[in-house]
Amino acid sequence: MHITSIPSALIWAVWLLPLGAFALISPLIRPFPGKAEPASYISIGAVGISFALSLWILASVMQAPDRQILLHGADWLSITGGPLFNFGLLIDPLSAVMLSVVTSVSLMVQVYSRAYMHSDPSYLRYFALISLFTAAMLGLIVSSNLLSTFAFWELVGLSSYLLIGFWFHRPSAVAAAKKAFLVTRIGDVGFLAALLVLYTKTGTLDITALNSPAVLSAVSGAALTWAALGLFLGAMGKSGQFPLHVWLPDAMEGPTPVSALIHAATMVAAGVFLVARMYPLFQAAPHALTVVAIIGAFSAVFAATMGLVMKDIKRVLAYSTISQLGLMMLGIATGGVWVGIFYLFNHAFFKSLLFLGAGSVNHATGTFDLREMGGLRKKIPWTFAFFVLAAVSLSGIWPLAGFFSKEGVLSAALDKQPVLFGFAILTTFLTAFYIFRVVFLVFFGDYRGSHGPHESSKVMLVPMGLLAVPAVASGWLNANGGFEHFLGDGATHGFWSGIIGVLAHPLALSSLLAALLGVFTAYVLYIRVWISPNKIKWFFRSPYAIFTRKYGMDELYENVIVRNLLYRGVFRAAEWLDSVVIGGVSTGIASLTTGAGRVLKRVQTGQVQLYAVVTAVGIAAIVLIALVRS
Amino acid sequence: MTAGLNSYLVLSAVLFSIGLYGTLSRKNAVVVLMCVEIMLNAANLSLVAFSRFVTPVALSGQTVAIFSIVVAAAEVAVGLAVIIALYRQRNSVDVNDINLLKW
Amino acid sequence: MGINIAFWVLAALAGIGALIVVSARSLFRTALGLVLCFLSIAGLFFTLSADFLGIVQVLIYVGAIAVLLIVAVMLTRDVEKGNLPSTLKIPALVSGIAFMGLSVWVMLNTNWPVSSEAPTAPTTSTLGNLLFSQGGLVLAVEIAAMLILAALIGAISVAREK
Repeated sequence: MHITSIPSALIWAVWLLPLGAFALISPLIRPFPGKAEPASYISIGAVGISFALSLWILASVMQAPDRQILLHGADWLSITGGPLFNFGLLIDPLSAVMLSVVTSVSLMVQVYSRAYMHSDPSYLRYFALISLFTAAMLGLIVSSNLLSTFAFWELVGLSSYLLIGFWFHRPSAVAAAKKAFLVTRIGDVGFLAALLVLYTKTGTLDITALNSPAVLSAVSGAALTWAALGLFLGAMGKSGQFPLHVWLPDAMEGPTPVSALIHAATMVAAGVFLVARMYPLFQAAPHALTVVAIIGAFSAVFAATMGLVMKDIKRVLAYSTISQLGLMMLGIATGGVWVGIFYLFNHAFFKSLLFLGAGSVNHATGTFDLREMGGLRKKIPWTFAFFVLAAVSLSGIWPLAGFFSKEGVLSAALDKQPVLFGFAILTTFLTAFYIFRVVFLVFFGDYRGSHGPHESSKVMLVPMGLLAVPAVASGWLNANGGFEHFLGDGATHGFWSGIIGVLAHPLALSSLLAALLGVFTAYVLYIRVWISPNKIKWFFRSPYAIFTRKYGMDELYENVIVRNLLYRGVFRAAEWLDSVVIGGVSTGIASLTTGAGRVLKRVQTGQVQLYAVVTAVGIAAIVLIALVRS
Repeated sequence: MTAGLNSYLVLSAVLFSIGLYGTLSRKNAVVVLMCVEIMLNAANLSLVAFSRFVTPVALSGQTVAIFSIVVAAAEVAVGLAVIIALYRQRNSVDVNDINLLKW
Repeated sequence: MGINIAFWVLAALAGIGALIVVSARSLFRTALGLVLCFLSIAGLFFTLSADFLGIVQVLIYVGAIAVLLIVAVMLTRDVEKGNLPSTLKIPALVSGIAFMGLSVWVMLNTNWPVSSEAPTAPTTSTLGNLLFSQGGLVLAVEIAAMLILAALIGAISVAREK
């Protein structure tokens, strides 16, 4: 079936529409605080149209020549010899898939927000910022030049900062926003350094050019590795990989829909997207992919251990996100672009559904603290159903989506680095455990809180339901190898053989086993209580202490590095250098001048005869010298 | 020995040096002025000597000497007026006392 | 022959006069030494066939300038203190000797283009023509007159009793 290809103007519209919504809503913020409703309609309308356009783009790309649409955009910095940068659009399967993910999740989250943020006085500002974020994220995805990607990267970071600190009257939110910005900034330094290396070595920042074998073979391996690692540092910052992960849990200070959109499904995925985008570069750089794999695998286990002991739903989900992103990095590094992106595709849906579910729980109970919940499955049945579906998908239990994407990562890891495969399997077990810990603590047992829980409105439930469909089923898109074929080169096979046949492989069975073991352990501890969780806590008290204190990383950054190393050490040395050395030099020169003046002024005695003597002696000397020379 | 050009010039140099010494080392302002006159005279002498021996017909040196005398006269008049005014102010013509333009 | 003797005598007198000026203790003696110096120089002008200039020297220098200086000496009461040396004797001596040495050396070592023509005599009419005839130094004469006028006015205004 052939669909007409999308006209290029409409491709530009995909990210310009939400930007237009932002521009339209922003002037309304001050003058018309009372009329808030239209803002949400404008914003939702814009992203809804963008979603439709992204589906059209997807169809167009599938039948385009080379499966790529390149749009030439604006030229920038023309010096003699042609323009240096061209900011255009690159639409290929990767960006088409990402476009549909971002627009669909953003649409669902914005509809949900209509109810969630209903009574908030800053309703207008919220929708303006969400539109800005959506526009920036879409721009990042379709950008054809690394420089404009970086610009959108920064813009996304800015929107994240503004949205984390949305309730800026709360000092904890302000601190969290600042922390997020600063930590991702450290990553951005790496990104910028990589840009500089790439530009000086190749003379271009155009993505298609940089990924071409001709350009890559002309650059030395060391330079490529530095560039790739710099880009990965940026990705580490945005995607919260160790050691730049400390901002993600704190970012939960923002409104829950924001957490769902930005910190689960889209912005944090930008790091994974960057690695996927520049995959040929990473492949050509020796050892780069190894580093990516190691850090990804380590972050996965590292974060999962901390997710085990958190008492706040959103914190558990935040650490879960870090952990899953680690698995995505591992997937790309060991299996290629399609493995990581397939995982990203699935994860976006079930993780955002989990967050929206947490928001719904909060709506019902007024809190996020696990200790004040319990037995909610009868009181908020729809939320319970959707949350459990997403939890099962996250754990990777067949036949839901998470199983297929996890299987992709595990098989690739086993293939390349068996040790990292061990990490991944451990992560699977821990993931299933901690998410079902949450499920059991929230929805089973007796209600431990004091609120009167009630179900959320349809405006919140319908988006959750709509998200539940891909959360369950998106894994089936690769059952016939279609996704892999779309993004890479894999062959397609039969649909049902993909779904059922996969169970025949021992690897798939072992991952399923690990997941079920995790669920069972949670069941044992929290439902049947064969052993009390408190006894386990006492038995493992040292690891428990380490996990709850987040491995002391916040203290390390704040006290050791910032306060002692930087403030007392480096900065004090710099201040000494400035005031004593440089100040001393300038004061010294000044006092030298005044001292010399004080001595030399005595020549002016006011006595004419002295001047006359000096003149006479001088003339004699000059004449003598002239005579001697001639 | 014939009194040629060189003799006059040497005499002029000697007189000039004596005048220079006097200008630089006398304390009384009027005496300083006198020594300046000696220097000027020595210069006039050398001018006239050159006129006599190098251009005896054109007399150019003597013309310059006339003007030099004119200027010297004017300068003495003004200089003495200044010294008188200074003496009225502070009752002294000591050169070392005229030192207000100092640091 | 005669001129040579005249030269040496007059030269000696001029030198003595100058030395008296710089070294006499009484101010009167310095004034008189100055007059001696001037007169000797006038005589030297005569030996150089500069008759007009010699007369002018006597008239102006001895007649006006020396007299003026004596009047000034008398008006300024430091007559008792006399002619004292100042503190810069040594440097002055050094510079004086240096100047003398340099000038003498230069003068003696330069080849002056001495011409052997006979000097014009008397010089008055030649000088008059040079100064006052058309194509002469009339402008310089006028300016010299202006200078004297200015000096006159200046001296009067400076030394006036308030």
